[in-house]
Amino acid sequence: MTKVVPDVICPFCGTLCDDIEVEVSDDGKTIVDVYNACAIGAQKFMHAQASDRVTRPRMQQPDGSYKEVSYDEAVEYTAQMLVNAKKPLMYGWSSTNCEAQSVGHEIAEKVGAIVDNTATVCHGSTLIAVQDVGIPSCTLGEIKNRADRIIYWGCNPTHAHPRHQSRYSIYPRGFFTNKGHKNRKMIVVDPRNTDTAKMADIHYQIEQGRDFELLSAFRVALRNEVLPDFVAGIPKEKIYEGAELMKSGRFGVIFFGMGVTQSLSKNHNIDNAIMLTKDLNEFTKFSIMAMRGHYNVTGSGQVLGWQFGFPFCVDLTRGFARYNPGETSSNDLLRRGEVDAIFVLGSDPGAHFPISSVRKIAELPSVAVDPHITPTTEVSKLHVPVAFVGVEVGGSCYRMDNVPIDARKVVDPPEGMLTDEEFLTRVNTRVSELKGVN
Amino acid sequence: MTKIALNLISGRTIHQGVAMEAGKEKDAYTKACGIIEMDPSDLKKLGAWRSTNVRVTSPYGSVVVKAVEATQGPHPGLAYIPMGPWANSVTDPNTYSTGMPTFKGVPIEVEIAMNEKILSSVELVQKKCRGEV
Repeated sequence: MTKVVPDVICPFCGTLCDDIEVEVSDDGKTIVDVYNACAIGAQKFMHAQASDRVTRPRMQQPDGSYKEVSYDEAVEYTAQMLVNAKKPLMYGWSSTNCEAQSVGHEIAEKVGAIVDNTATVCHGSTLIAVQDVGIPSCTLGEIKNRADRIIYWGCNPTHAHPRHQSRYSIYPRGFFTNKGHKNRKMIVVDPRNTDTAKMADIHYQIEQGRDFELLSAFRVALRNEVLPDFVAGIPKEKIYEGAELMKSGRFGVIFFGMGVTQSLSKNHNIDNAIMLTKDLNEFTKFSIMAMRGHYNVTGSGQVLGWQFGFPFCVDLTRGFARYNPGETSSNDLLRRGEVDAIFVLGSDPGAHFPISSVRKIAELPSVAVDPHITPTTEVSKLHVPVAFVGVEVGGSCYRMDNVPIDARKVVDPPEGMLTDEEFLTRVNTRVSELKGVN
Repeated sequence: MTKIALNLISGRTIHQGVAMEAGKEKDAYTKACGIIEMDPSDLKKLGAWRSTNVRVTSPYGSVVVKAVEATQGPHPGLAYIPMGPWANSVTDPNTYSTGMPTFKGVPIEVEIAMNEKILSSVELVQKKCRGEV
């Protein structure tokens, strides 16, 4: 007889679904099936069972092949690398729990490292904008129960956050939105006719990279001021229509994603989107929220925030926390060759950084801590496989609306495998010994 | 050989997500992300059938991927490579002091490369790092 583990948290995207049910074998060792999760979430649970999974650390040999080593050797190599480096970069942190992040930061403080998380290639520009102009936001629960105007700007949740719409934003029947999607109007701004855009009441197929202009045009249209005939390829009538639709709601929300954070205007796009939200609050209630990618990238920002005061790009090399995106951000540091060792945990810069940065990772002493085989692990000097957070070990994670949720353990990791936190704790102890500090 | 100029963006797709979680070293990941989604009118301009291998070149690099017809179109002039090492082989690494590379809005040229091979993610990154491709 199999048993079902209820209320499991999905460790994939920032939606952090908390209604997953996982069917495990009678002895509680194998995952048989996953219910309620999206295709990506289900795959994540099932992949933890893969027969070809790497279960012991591997060290790169001079010929480029990898040789199995013990966890003790891996701890020693990692500690020596961090202690001997003048300016190590400790990057990632988004696919692990807050407890492991906290131990990682302790090591970073001791060795004088730079700590950066995946926001640096995701919502880093959002964090800069929030520091510039603040952010009127809310929780996903409020959106489910109240929001009747939903705007997806430069994001495609159908593909990237597959259950976001059914759990929180479009379909659920909430307290004041008891007719579900019939209560709601949906606007999508995207240069492609995405699968999200196809469901929208209005789709603005904007010229790529012209978000700043269109955001400004909406702010003009809200005040019934004069617009040119076309803005960002959109006729002015359609902009006035959208502005009226936003104003006529009782509670609206703008969700935004990589379309605005990664286009050329970057943080200025978000500045303007936040100011549009502020303007809309003169007519009705409006909120804005970033569609965070990794399940605990928000948590990494939170932990860095309460420990050092900054949410990413934290430079501890001078013995106190500094923050200056563009100088202390991973890609700038790597491209300029300003770091001399790199430690990656819970992320895959090998696949998701521009190739010029990846080349630097391959040249430097490098450690990649990741349950999967990834392009990062295959160019790093040392690969340390660990247990999957949210599948084989629990811990605190933060949802995209900054609500902390405890991830649950479903099955045991393969015998003898360490978790992120256990590995980091051992490295921390060894670093203390080498540095002669407690 | 015909070359056409397009504006490249990258991002997530559900296939990219599923393949990534199943293992980036596997074939499914190459099939999900080693592609370029192009508008039918751009494929016509290039003179390429669907599922032809093409070489994508930007000021920052070059990579071989499979040209497929966009399912989330029409978007003439715009091309889409799902996020991953193929997109990042040609993406614009300039951050303009924000820390964020310019992943969206990269000027690219596309040409048919029928006989060139699409490398797997690990192979591609390792070879790029060694300067072999």
